[in-house]
Formats: sequence, C-alpha cells, structure tokens
Amino acid sequence: MLAQLSSPKFLRAALPAASFTVLLAAIFYVQPRAMSYFGMNLMLQYTVPIALATIAQMFIITVNDLDLSIGAFVGLTACIGATLLADTPLLGTLALAACVAAYAGLGALIHWRNLPSIVVTLGMSFVWLGIAVLILPTPGGTAPGWVKALMGLKVPYVPFPIIAAIVIGLVVHVALMRSSYGAVLRGVGGNPKAVGRAGWSLLKAKMTMYAAAGFFGVLSGLSLIGLTSAADAHIADRYTLYAIAGVILGGGEFTGGRVSPVGAVIGALTLALTGSFLTFLRISPDWQIGAQGGILIIVLALRALINRREA
Amino acid sequence: MNASQSHIVTLENVTKHFGAVRALGGVDLKVHAGECLGLVGHNGAGKSTLMNVLAGTLSPDHGILGIHGADLSGRYNVKAAGENGIRCVFQELSLCPNLTVAENARIFHPTLTGFGWKRRAGNMIREKLDEIFPGHGVHPDNVIGDLSIGKRQMVEIARAFTSTGAPLHLVILDEPTSSLDAVTSGQLLDFVRKVVNQGLSCILISHVLGEVLSYCDRIVVMKDGLVVETRPGADFTRDTLVAAMGNVVEQEEIEEHERREIQRGTTPIVVEARSDAQRDGAALVAHRGEIIGLAGLAGHGQTRMLLKVYDAAMRKRKSLKVDGPVALVAGDRQTDGIFHLWSISQNVGVRSLQSMIRHGLIDPDAEAALGRAWQARIKIRTPDMNDNILSLSGGNQQKALFARALASDAEIILMDDPMRGVDVGTKLEVYDLIREEAEKGRTFLWYTTETDELYNCDHTYVFRDGVIVADLPRDQLSEEKILHSSFKESA
Amino acid sequence: MTFVTQLSQKAWIWSFVGMFMVWLATAVYTGGKGSADVISAALSFATFTVIVGIGQMFVITTGPGNVDLSIPSTISLSGAVAMKIMDGSNGMLVVGFAISMACGLAVGLFNYTLIRVLRIPPIIATLSSSFLILSTAIAYGRGLKIKPPPLLAEFTTAQILGVPVLAIVIIMFAAVMSIVLHRTFYGRAVLAIGQNARAAWLAGINVERIRFMTYVLSALLAALCGFFLSGFSGGASLNMGQEYLLASIAVVVIGGTSVAGGKSNVPGIWGAAMFMFLLVTMLNTFGASAGIRLIMTGLIIVAVITIAGGEEA
Repeated sequence: MLAQLSSPKFLRAALPAASFTVLLAAIFYVQPRAMSYFGMNLMLQYTVPIALATIAQMFIITVNDLDLSIGAFVGLTACIGATLLADTPLLGTLALAACVAAYAGLGALIHWRNLPSIVVTLGMSFVWLGIAVLILPTPGGTAPGWVKALMGLKVPYVPFPIIAAIVIGLVVHVALMRSSYGAVLRGVGGNPKAVGRAGWSLLKAKMTMYAAAGFFGVLSGLSLIGLTSAADAHIADRYTLYAIAGVILGGGEFTGGRVSPVGAVIGALTLALTGSFLTFLRISPDWQIGAQGGILIIVLALRALINRREA
Repeated sequence: MNASQSHIVTLENVTKHFGAVRALGGVDLKVHAGECLGLVGHNGAGKSTLMNVLAGTLSPDHGILGIHGADLSGRYNVKAAGENGIRCVFQELSLCPNLTVAENARIFHPTLTGFGWKRRAGNMIREKLDEIFPGHGVHPDNVIGDLSIGKRQMVEIARAFTSTGAPLHLVILDEPTSSLDAVTSGQLLDFVRKVVNQGLSCILISHVLGEVLSYCDRIVVMKDGLVVETRPGADFTRDTLVAAMGNVVEQEEIEEHERREIQRGTTPIVVEARSDAQRDGAALVAHRGEIIGLAGLAGHGQTRMLLKVYDAAMRKRKSLKVDGPVALVAGDRQTDGIFHLWSISQNVGVRSLQSMIRHGLIDPDAEAALGRAWQARIKIRTPDMNDNILSLSGGNQQKALFARALASDAEIILMDDPMRGVDVGTKLEVYDLIREEAEKGRTFLWYTTETDELYNCDHTYVFRDGVIVADLPRDQLSEEKILHSSFKESA
Repeated sequence: MTFVTQLSQKAWIWSFVGMFMVWLATAVYTGGKGSADVISAALSFATFTVIVGIGQMFVITTGPGNVDLSIPSTISLSGAVAMKIMDGSNGMLVVGFAISMACGLAVGLFNYTLIRVLRIPPIIATLSSSFLILSTAIAYGRGLKIKPPPLLAEFTTAQILGVPVLAIVIIMFAAVMSIVLHRTFYGRAVLAIGQNARAAWLAGINVERIRFMTYVLSALLAALCGFFLSGFSGGASLNMGQEYLLASIAVVVIGGTSVAGGKSNVPGIWGAAMFMFLLVTMLNTFGASAGIRLIMTGLIIVAVITIAGGEEA
C-alpha cells in the first residue's frame, strides 16, 4: 500500500490536488480570515471563467494542438454577451452559435491542411480581437440579468465557485473520460493513425473537439461578464496563458492525449488562488504574473522530479 | 482442404504505385475460407502494401478486389473491410498508448457504446487474451503506455480476434511474433491453427521461415511487387522457400570468403564495456582492428550496449573504456539515421562536417567530393548524389549510412543490426568493405539478428536479458551454440 | 530549368511577391503618392521584426514544439534595463548595450535550463519564464519615462538617401546569419536536429549544446531588438514587446520556414516582415478601422499558412 502511495504514477496524479491544498493552507496561515464563506467566495470568484477557459484549452490539447487564441475568443464572446445577447437575445445566441461553429471550422481547416495550430490560432486571435473591437470599441455594455444572477448565486455552506468547479469538472469528466466516444476522441491524441485505421473520421473528431472548445470558450466569456457586469475586447487577454497553465498544473501532458478534466479544474482553482495569495502576502501587483510563472515552474519541477524517479 | 471452398478474398491484377515506385505490379491472390496462408518475401517485395490494400487503408490503382465473391473495387475502405470481417494486425502497433486496454478495444468496435461499455469491452478483450495467451498478466484497466512491448503486441493481436456483430472471416497478421518471446509465439501460432481449423482464415507474414513452414497451409512468395510462387506449405522446404525469394547464393557466398586470422590480444583494447545488469563481471572487449559480433534474440540488450558505448564516447564519460572517436550505423533508418530533407551527399557528409571546414565555413566542394568518393567506393546507385536521400531504395539508403560512418574520422564503428531489409548483393559488398576497414585498424561492434553475419566477426558475445551469457571466438562459433545461449535452459 | 521556375521553387520568394503586390495595391490607390516613403517606413519598422524573427527562425527550425514565447517580455526587459542604466547619457551607451545583452544571455540561459532540467516542452518553458521576465521588467521599469541617449536615438532613426541606416545594418546581419545557417557546423546541426533529433545525436551532433546555443541566440536577438527599439521609439515602454509575439512567428512562417522543422531560410523573413508592415499600411490607406485591420492581419496569416500547407504527413 505504502509502495503504491509513493509510486511515481500516484504522485503524479496527486500533484495537482496537493499543490492546491498547499497553496490554500498557506493562505489560511497568512490570512486566517480568508477561512470563511465570504473569504473563499471572494478569493475564488474568478475560478469559474478560468476553469471554463482551461477546459476549452484542454480539449484542444487532447488532440495534440494548442490554442493561442482562447483569451481573445473569450474576450469576443464576453463582448457579444454584454451587447448583442443583452439587447437582442436571439441575435446574440445566433452570434455565439456562429462562434462555436467557427471553432469547429478551424478544427476542420487545421486537420484538412495539416496546419500547425499555434500559427493558425495566433492569427485567429487577431480576428477575434478585431471583431470584438468592432462590436464594442470602448469598454462597456451590460451583462444580461440572468447571467449576473447565476454568477452571483449564493449557496449555503459551500461557496458557489467551488460548486461550479465541481460541476464543470464532473460533467467534462463523464463526457471525455467515461463516455465511449470520449475514448475515441482521446485516442485521436494518443495515436491518430490507429484511430483512423479503425474506421473513425479524424476530421469529425477534431471538429468535435474544437467545437467543444468553442462552446466552453463561450461559457467562459459569459461567466466572466456575469462577474464584471461590463465587457471589453481585452478583458480576457491573459486567459490564453491561464488556460495553458491550468491544463499543465492539472497534470495534462502536451502531446499524446493525456489530459485530466478534474485536474484542469483544480489547476484553474490554483491559478485563481495564486492572485489572492499574493495579495495577502502584500506582494505588489507587479509581481503577480511573475509569481504565477514561478508556481507553474515549481509544479513542473516537482513533476520532473517524480518522472526522474520513475526512470 | 477441399476444392469447393468459397473464396474470402480475390485479388486480380492489383497494382499500386507510390510516385514512380511500383509497389505492386499486378498481383493475383485468393484466400480460401479456413486456410492459413503464409506470405513471405524480402523487405520491399510488396507484402505490406498488399496487406494495406486488403485492410482497406490503401486503395489500389488498378485491378479487381473481390470480397466473398462481390466486386468491391473502388468502393473498398477500412469500414468495408470491417463490415466484411477482415482484420489486420499491422507491424507498427496501432494501439493508443494513452488509453486503457478496454478503451483500445472499444476504438476497434463502433458498436460498443452505451451504458456499461467499458465493462463489456474489458470482458471481451480479457476473454480473448485468456484464450490466446493463458497467463498473460494483462488487466483491461491497464494503460497501454505502461505495458511492455510484448504485452502490447498481445493486446493488439487479441483485439483483432474479438468481434461484435459482423462475423470474423480473415485476420491478417504482419510479423506478429516480432515482439513476442518463444512461449507466447507458440501460444499464438497454436491458436491460429485452432481457429483456422474452425473455419477462420489467416494470412501470416513472417520472416521466421520456420513459423511459416510449419503453420501455413499454403505459402505465397512475393518479389518486386509480384507473386512469384504459390504452393502448398508442405511442398516447400526451408531451402526451396529461400530459393523462391531469390537469395540462393547467400549461404555459399559467405562461407567462400576466407577467414581472417587475427591473433586476439595482439592489438590494444579500444572498448571495454559492461552492462549494469551484468553480475559476473563479464565485459564486452574489443581490440583494435577486430570485428566484434553482438548476438542473441532481438531486444536483449545489444542495442542498449551499443548506445552505452556511443554515449560514453560522445559525452566523454570515464565509466567505461572507449578509446577513440565512434560512429554509429543505424539499423532503423527512418528513426535513427536518415535526414529526409537532405540530399544523399549531405546525408553522407553530416558526420564529417568538421573536416570540411575551410576558412571557418563548410566547403560545398569538399562535401560534394566526399559524396562522390563514397558513391564510387560503396556503389550507391543514383544518377546524382544531390538528389534527395528518399529517392534511393532502402538498401542504397543503408549504404549511404554506412558511407556516413566509414567516411568519418571514427576509429570505432558501431552497427545496430544495419542489414535489416537489405538485399543480398548490398550485404556482400558491405561485408567486404567492413573487412577491408578492419584490416586498416578500425574496430567494429556489430549487432546482428542474422546468425550468418556473425561468421564475419572475429569474436561474438551472445546477449540474453541484457547481459552477456556467452563469449565465442570465431572458431567456436556455431548457430547451435548461439541458439543454446540465447534461450534459457528452462523457459 | 529557367531562372523563373528556379526562383519559384524557393520558399522565400512568395513573401516578396506578397510584399510587392500589397505595395502595388497601395500605390495604385494613392496614385503613387508617397510610395517611396512607404517603403522607407516599412524598412524601418520591419528591421525590428527581422531581428527577433531570425532568432525565432533558428528556434523553430530545431523541430516541432520549439518556439520561443519569451521574446516579447525579453524585449521589454532589455529596453527598460538599458534605458535606466544609460539614463539618457551617450557616455553610458556601451555599458547599456552590454547590460542589455547580459539580460538576453540570462533569459536564454534560464529558458534553456527550464527546458533541460525540467524536461518540459519549450513552449511551456518559455511561456513560464516570460511571466517572470515581464514581472521583472514591470517591477524594475516602474514609471519609466527616460529618453534614450541622443546618439542611440540618432543612430536608430538615421537615413542615407531615404534608406534607414539600421535597416542596412540588419540586412547585412541577415546575410551573415544566412551563411551561418547554411555554411557553418552550427547551422547544419540546427537543420539536422529539426529533421530528426535522435538521428542527429547518432550522427555525432551534440544536440543539447546546439539547442542551448539556439535559445541563447534567440534571447540575445530579442534583447538587441529591445535595445534598438527603445532608441527608435524614444524610450522603453513595458508593452512594447507585445506585438512581437505574433510578428516573430508570423514572419518565420510566411517567410517559408517549415513549422515541422529542419527547413528554413533568412531572406524570407525580410520579405515577410515588409509584407506585414505594408499590409497594415494598405489597410490604413483604404481607411479601414482598427477592428478591420486586426481581422485582415489575422486572416492573411491564416490564409498564408493554409496555402503554404503544414508539415508533411
């Protein structure tokens, strides 16, 4: 049993949760008042949009691609949410559906021409940003009431962000890790040739994953304006980096379809906490992103250490 | 066999070209129900292309492809193959390393969906593994990436024999025993015989001629993209089969060569290496000018030993003795040797770039001259050394890799089973060259899976489970001795 | 083969064709007014993209997964540090340059250490380090409003017959780097590693040393860009590197370098950098709004990569 607990495989799986726990414990130590319903709510409020963006990125990473446009895309959907969706719900819904369809189209294009996703998505980040600027040239707009109501939900005992994170993690876990088509989708990341030989359409698989990423990108944008009320084309620029970091913190690998939805959500929680932790430590905001980079490096170092033991 | 059996597959005059290369030049092939068909031929004879056509992963340029008597030419694909109960176990593994055994089984079966699919898939694959490989030690929840290569191969084979819905008619096994040990190979072949007797058909592609001769009802010999012989298995002997494949000269030619007499130990030791697992202190020793053979079953630590010597020389490690610069001739050309974007000359010259530098820059003339010199010396068959390396046939690509090592400043040449898939003519030319270079004082460490090649060596070490188990001078070398040390006393 | 067909097979030619067409479209629209000035401006601005593009090219050439995402933050850091050290004084120019290069060296070393020691994909290593570098730049360069030394400002904006001096220097530098790529052991090693790193190691190339040199080179060039850019734009700003993330990758790809690694060229970077600038100029001339400009830039990059095709399967 003990051997099992100290096995590299187990340690690797436990690393995301462990880093989150250590960070939480450190926060409570530095600022005991954070250990309250209100404190937790405040610290974790941005978990939901970050977790949704992280899940979106995870879908792309599952099929061995990388999305450098998810931040801009979340920004675009936030702008649509705060303008079209609030003013003319039907048109707004159509626009958001078009966004998801565009993502599926990107997946098809990348598969069809065997393109490097990094370059394509980097180019697309300009497109999303450009559309967002056209829709909302200056920060503003208002989030639809129901979005605000949902994001401001008060649940007894457990803060809403935690419940939302658990729900997101479980839903995606069932869809990707437990469903029979989910196995095929992950298989595309592990050995695309083999999946193709077994008669599955790789194009369909890639489009499915990109569409799923687009859908979660939309959810991320909406949940974000639910918190901020107003939108801005640049509101989620940092989410590209957050989402990649979240997947990695959650134990995902870059290639080979080895991902974990639950881990990704924990990764997002860890990222959301980092900001609060630094505030409590009275570290200047200048160092906030730096510290996030530092935490990413520490977790990766730990993982490298575990992997080395295995070798 | 009775004559009224129906044909599962009928190929007529099937051709397939890849660019200018003819892979299949009009193949006729029939597979009867309930027979085990052996398919043999050299690498590049077209076996793999033919299998891909049958599996539906490649569509032929011309010809008729009939399944169960229905002409499916032009409409045949992976899906149609599956619907008609035709399966293929490819040589390179087609499992997803990130998925579990059960999930990999699911990928194979589109109908395995709905609640409880994981349990059903797991049971199905476990039952089949139990049936083929009793005592396999594989659990359906194991992730493929965590399994040894042999176990992966077992999963892959077992998966091909599972069925949901459409009945199974034909299973194509492409080198199925390459990663299996003697015991599991035997289990598999016995299982194949059993299901064939029950009415299933199998195509067995194997380079182990003994397997083909003793397990196949009928043997088809391919050469240069054509079927050159089809006879009942019993009509072939090892010698006639080898003759049909077209390398009748091999044995005699090698034995004709005079044996080099070299007194071991008269020259200084240049390599002395020991594997970590070696407990009895035995070491691989090479003196200057010797050709040292590394023998034993494939994957028993020979390549690891070569890489260890290579690493020690490259990183200047003192942990083992390697005296002089080394160069390696890769056996797995695509992953270890070829630079696919470069010309033949560039591929030959890459190991000798330092010597081509004039005034701080690489001299293109020096590079071209080196290429030309080695084209002449090792007979690389190409109109132009500036052509892309992939324009060469496999054997000539291998020659280019030999040229790369021999043209370099290396005094110690490591060879990682480099003759795989090389035609006999090339082999003989290279053997001569190796002997010639050894006379000049170069040292060769030569890992080979072909026992005949060891007769070129002055000294042979036999490996088993990562350690040296026998140490045979040239005059004590025999196939029997090597086999004896390669297999454990009690399996 | 005729000269034209030979030329059309060079990967870099297309970026120049694109550049010329965009320039022509602009010239036709304006009736030829100021077409020469546009070229001059394009040379000025493209210079900075080319500097980082060359570094990025060597990184991308070393094979799939290799890309330096820390270029923008390195530009910001180098600019901020150099401006603060020099404090507008010509006398400190050499010191400032040396320290700017030291920043680049440090970033390169750090990036490589992460890749090597943590065995993480370069994209993540450079991403994480970019967080740290940017924070350092922000913390160090807080409220930075220092003018560059007059000599540096003059040098980076000087022109001879309408041709920017810095552009001439960087064209010569690009020529040198082209020779480095094709005619030195280092360059050949980079090309070999990009095709097959394992085969390169087995062919006697010290893969790790080459990779190390490549990441250091990229960081050094980013630092150089930051140094000149802050001279050119009258001081450093913390987000001045931002646009070079996409630009450095885009010019490499549009310039005809294979994202799959092992195949690249330097001239194409110049063509692509000019093309990118002239494209924006054209859209401005046509009166497109900021949103449209962004959309068009993005779409053209996607279109170019789609037409050029991806890695050979």
